[in-house]
Amino acid sequence: MDRDDGVLEAPYRLEYTYQRSTGPVIGRFLTGLRDGQLEGVRTAAGTVMVPPLEYDTQGAATGEAVKVGPAGTVTTWAWVTEPRREHPLTQPFAWALIKLDGADTAMLHAVDAGSIAAMRTGLRVTPRWRAARTGSIRDLECFIPADAASAAVADAAAAAPSVTLFPSPVRLDYTVTAGHHLSVYLRAMQDKRIVGGRCPSCTKVYLPPRGACPTCGVPAAETVDVADHGVVTTFCIIRIPFDAAPFPPPYVAVAVLLEGADLPIYHLVRGIEPEQARMGMRVKAVWVPDEQLGPTLASIKWFEPTGEPDADRAQIERHL
Amino acid sequence: MSRAGHRHRDVAIISFAQLPPVARDAARDEAELVQPVVNQALAEAGLTRKDIGFTVSGSCDYLIGRPFSFVSALDGVAPWPPIAESHVEMDGAWALYEAWVRLQQGDVDTALVYAYGKSSLGDLPAILTTQLDPYYLAPLGIDGISLAALQARALLDSGRASERDLAAVAAARRGGDAAALLGAAYTVAPLRAHDCPTVADGACAVVLAAGDVARRSARKAWIRGIDHRVEPHQLGSRDLTCSPSTTTAAEHAGVASLGAIDVAELHAPFSHQELILRDALGLGASVSINPSGGALVANAMMVAGLARIGSAAARIHDGTARTAVAHATSGPCLQQNLVCALAAEVSP
Ligand SMILES: [Zn+2]
Repeated sequence: MDRDDGVLEAPYRLEYTYQRSTGPVIGRFLTGLRDGQLEGVRTAAGTVMVPPLEYDTQGAATGEAVKVGPAGTVTTWAWVTEPRREHPLTQPFAWALIKLDGADTAMLHAVDAGSIAAMRTGLRVTPRWRAARTGSIRDLECFIPADAASAAVADAAAAAPSVTLFPSPVRLDYTVTAGHHLSVYLRAMQDKRIVGGRCPSCTKVYLPPRGACPTCGVPAAETVDVADHGVVTTFCIIRIPFDAAPFPPPYVAVAVLLEGADLPIYHLVRGIEPEQARMGMRVKAVWVPDEQLGPTLASIKWFEPTGEPDADRAQIERHL
Repeated sequence: MSRAGHRHRDVAIISFAQLPPVARDAARDEAELVQPVVNQALAEAGLTRKDIGFTVSGSCDYLIGRPFSFVSALDGVAPWPPIAESHVEMDGAWALYEAWVRLQQGDVDTALVYAYGKSSLGDLPAILTTQLDPYYLAPLGIDGISLAALQARALLDSGRASERDLAAVAAARRGGDAAALLGAAYTVAPLRAHDCPTVADGACAVVLAAGDVARRSARKAWIRGIDHRVEPHQLGSRDLTCSPSTTTAAEHAGVASLGAIDVAELHAPFSHQELILRDALGLGASVSINPSGGALVANAMMVAGLARIGSAAARIHDGTARTAVAHATSGPCLQQNLVCALAAEVSP
């Protein structure tokens, strides 16, 4: 995607599909939620902590489970007019810290109060349970004002094993930018040009160009054209298949020192048997057809041997 | 002198540089954010990279969604030949704490501390949710502004502040008229847009020196004490209307021994948090609070705390203050707090 300032940007999603183990204390609470029950835990000082943790704020282990609620009292609240995707409700709602009856600490949850005018500190609320429960804080869909409540009782629990694990996915959406220097490099690719950046101090040509020479502490900002052929400094043969593999194995990945550059780039070599790959081999870029060129390193399909005699090791020694 | 009576090695902040925070800096990568502030801080300290004994940074890879972003940023420091380097996945104020501890060992006399943050690439509220308790809070998807709003309501309910007091803080930092601000709609009630931080991309750097390097330096803001404390992560176990961890950190940092405090730079991303922090530190009407504008006006994530320390030191450097208190925070609702006591004169 293009921006006015020439900096490339693209959407990017980071996802982790974690599962979390609960341990005995949190697991007992989540098992209770699944079964439609609210429980706290007794601290060494005799208070009741909800939701329960393994240790109290003084570091002492907590003890027996204590039934609490189901109703409680709002101790503080905030009103959300535009719920986010991750929020538990899609209509405007309140976040609240709720001290359940019988508890000494308040727990966070949502209150479906209908309007901000219906919310106040001290409001009595009662839970609205989900029909299908799995052992999660979200088994409580939310709380609702107690006076409005036909306080639906949770369905009786079928006998099921205790909750010890629950899915804990993370999804984060970004719009990543390539920055000025990388954008120059990527844009040149669509013209079948490879552009490096020269440091004014040590004269090294970085590929891709970078805003900071890591040796000199100044921008390596002067752009210079680099050849699309060069020498393999090192390589490996991939023999294990994986989802994102570009070809069925075996195939060869290489570091190529392009003529005119001081840093190798990483790519693939085709056109030889993997066993023939070697350090010092001379290779040349194979570009995609013109209509497929774009601001991406994928504009180079792969590298192929030129057939010229190999370079001396001395020529690649300081790039290893 | 710490409260326990151990003599600390005297360490001074001898320079501070920061990028002007902007809402979005798409053209610069992390190394390019870092390089100019590092170069400027070194130049103002009259030092080169080779003079630096220890380098430490604060940043958060989740902000840009790129693993080892802090390693990429090192290019901006020119770490070749190899340097002694460390990193905290926190605000740079905690990197400064590590540098101060490192300088206590006595074998190096200088430290470079920097921080950078680029929040504009991601969905900051969603990113901040990932720092929460993964069992009881993160699954609800509660975001940082909503958490701050719960704290603000608790403060209002306590009777110690009104929405007008919040607006007065916003007006003091942003300019404008408090009464007029109250006409704005709520963002997440009881917070309005002016009560919430203006998030920015940015970077800053500080140079610390001890021993002869410090004594020779043209500008010195001596660290008379520094300490940080944390509160329980469970919101319901805290009194959100006050900040006992700030008070304890201030005691251990020796804030009381400064005498009259000229300037306080408080890392209060939300207007009500400035009121809570003023109370926690016992700052009276004579103290100039957040003359830099503070984190309400420019909240460069992972930078704003270190920038508070740097901004307070800059007031001592330019002679407009003899004593200053700098504060940094981390986590929801002022969960963790660092306090640094600064003075023009070295410890007696
Ligand atoms: Zn260079």
